[in-house]
Amino acid sequence: MRIATLCGMGFGTSMMLKLFIDEIFKAEGLKAEIIPWDLGTFKGQQADIVVAPTDMEMHLRTTKAKIVLIRNLVDKKEIREKVLAAFYELQSKT
Amino acid sequence: MDLEKQQIQLLDMLSDQAIQAQIAVADWEEATDTVGQLLVASGKITPGYIEAMKRVLREMGPYAVIAPGIVLLHARPEDGVISACLGLITLSTPVEFGHSENDPVDIVLALGATDKSAHLRALQQLARLLGDEAGLALIRSASDNRTLFHHIRSLANSNEGS
Repeated sequence: MRIATLCGMGFGTSMMLKLFIDEIFKAEGLKAEIIPWDLGTFKGQQADIVVAPTDMEMHLRTTKAKIVLIRNLVDKKEIREKVLAAFYELQSKT
Repeated sequence: MDLEKQQIQLLDMLSDQAIQAQIAVADWEEATDTVGQLLVASGKITPGYIEAMKRVLREMGPYAVIAPGIVLLHARPEDGVISACLGLITLSTPVEFGHSENDPVDIVLALGATDKSAHLRALQQLARLLGDEAGLALIRSASDNRTLFHHIRSLANSNEGS
């Protein structure tokens, strides 16, 4: 499964999200490809799940991926709950 | 991703000149100018980088407000980063950045990265620091620059090594 973390430029927010999700998946013993992208790069790419800050929703209307929006990007609990829920939901469909 | 090789530590990106407590600003642009000018004065970024950070916020939207009350401003390395840096100011009166849920903001961070990977370790340390409720309370309550810098240093150290 491929999980993309997004922000406008790919330097701050998307990297922070990737680092948290890496830790969470490692702790849970789960495997996924977790890639930080900026919006421009992401437009030509495919992912199963897209994790992005709440106020980026307007930029994500064309993606077919499952969208996970995070309000507090330093709250590992929120990130864990939302991302794992999306992961298990997709996994149960395949 | 290899986090060990040539990684800048959070403490290396901070300098006491670019950390100030309880600043009064009228709006988000003045907040951005203020923290940006501290980094310009310490030789870390060019003035053009401040404009770039504002442009990013206008064009990309207010998602840079990464948590309740906290904004992480940044632009691209080529917009004018001289060396990797992080500026931080706390505001005496919070201001709106236009975020749907996380406004108003009273902790303003400005990040200058030199490439996509050298600052990852520092970013991880910063995320931990900002995820610590007790630490945030200390940062918000610091009434002068020395106290604020002291709290940030000790928080960065206590989150070290994990």
